[in-house]
Amino acid sequence: MLPAAVPSRQHTVQPMVTGTSVLGIVYDKGVLLAADTLLSYGSMAKAQNIPRLHAVEKTVIGASGEYSDFQRILEILKAKALEETTTSVMDSLYTEESGMTAENTWNYLRMLLYSRRSKFNPFWNELLVAGKDLKGKPFLGSVDKIGTTVRDNFIATGFGAYLAMPLLREKWRPDLTEGEARALLEDCMKILFFRDCRASPRIQLAKCADDEVLVSEPYELDTAAAWQAEAYRQSVGELEDDGGW
Amino acid sequence: MTTEVSMMHSAESQNLKDGEVSTGTTIIAIPFQGGVVVGADSRTSTGSYVAVRTSDKIACLSDHIYACRSGSAADTQALTDYIRYYLQQLKIETGRPARVKSAAHLLQKLVYQNKDNLSAGMIVAGWDPVEGPAIYSIALGGTCLKVPFAFSGSGSLYITGLLDSEFRENMTKEEARTLVKKALAHAMARDGSSGGIIRTVAITAEGNDRDYTSQLPYGPVSY
Repeated sequence: MLPAAVPSRQHTVQPMVTGTSVLGIVYDKGVLLAADTLLSYGSMAKAQNIPRLHAVEKTVIGASGEYSDFQRILEILKAKALEETTTSVMDSLYTEESGMTAENTWNYLRMLLYSRRSKFNPFWNELLVAGKDLKGKPFLGSVDKIGTTVRDNFIATGFGAYLAMPLLREKWRPDLTEGEARALLEDCMKILFFRDCRASPRIQLAKCADDEVLVSEPYELDTAAAWQAEAYRQSVGELEDDGGW
Repeated sequence: MTTEVSMMHSAESQNLKDGEVSTGTTIIAIPFQGGVVVGADSRTSTGSYVAVRTSDKIACLSDHIYACRSGSAADTQALTDYIRYYLQQLKIETGRPARVKSAAHLLQKLVYQNKDNLSAGMIVAGWDPVEGPAIYSIALGGTCLKVPFAFSGSGSLYITGLLDSEFRENMTKEEARTLVKKALAHAMARDGSSGGIIRTVAITAEGNDRDYTSQLPYGPVSY
């Protein structure tokens, strides 16, 4: 007598392999995204050189949350981009000059994520979408696993919402240069490495400016200076101390 | 025949009871000729948040005996305070410094008799004139084991193979310290609940020297 089949899991209930925060900021000429390259399996650092920022045509998507769901979303977007190349201009939903912009992608992802959420089988991600809007201006928007969309000049997902947003709010100006925007994002990524257990100092940047979309290779942040303060070096475990942590 | 659908757990919470907070740490003790090197990371985490990134998990119990702490900060602080007091008292009553064995077994008594209320995994290591270098590992329920080298805490799982293959008897102080730092760096690279800097103390008959290392010998992997 064969054992009764165990029903296979049909709905994503818990994320397994995850990425942490993604940050995005609009500056004078475009948009910058930043994310670390770590995938965690619970508390284990499973893979440490994995890009979480991806360019599809003229849009860059960054994802935190379940990585397999991000891979599936990228498949869907790439198939959509391919389909556009074989669709006549008259039938296409998108204009001839700009094609499928980041704002269009953002809207499409909203529909995708909301419909999955409505079937109790969400894509367990928080996505940042960067590029241009329908009017050609720099665009940064987010979509979360229940289909909530936000468009703003600076957005952070995951831990970044708690630790990086206050810094971004304080320092953002509409006329930030690329250098200032990059320095601000790197500073936020350092803070996240110090205070988020699931973060790493190996990060990746992506830029959408003028008409180019660039995703950098991973590189390591220089965090050495932040451990040098005398107060940190002191031990507190010795007999004459109070024995605290 | 019935089939049961088990509770779905994320990879993170599978080993924890409901409401239990993961106590991330990596602590190590490795002996050398004439002493012991103890080492620890410096991350205190509550869930995914790093509450203290430069903590000191190496507590001095007496002149030549140290304890490395993992588990609840409150529990291990209270335990080390008690053991310090007992060892001071022992020194007055017996006229000589306490043995590492005494410190370890006193700690075992406390942990075992309060096992329902404590969450403490500790390594007691040091030097005494009777036995020379000695290392004891006291696990969560109060098991006390004398061991040639010890490693404990959530990050220690990732370095069992490394330590099993690289540990040798009769190393020099520098070799032991290098191995401690190497193992800690590897654990810190893979365990999200361990991180920060590496503190080590080399305990010998002549005295103890503390080291603070922020440049880890091994960092995030690049593959």
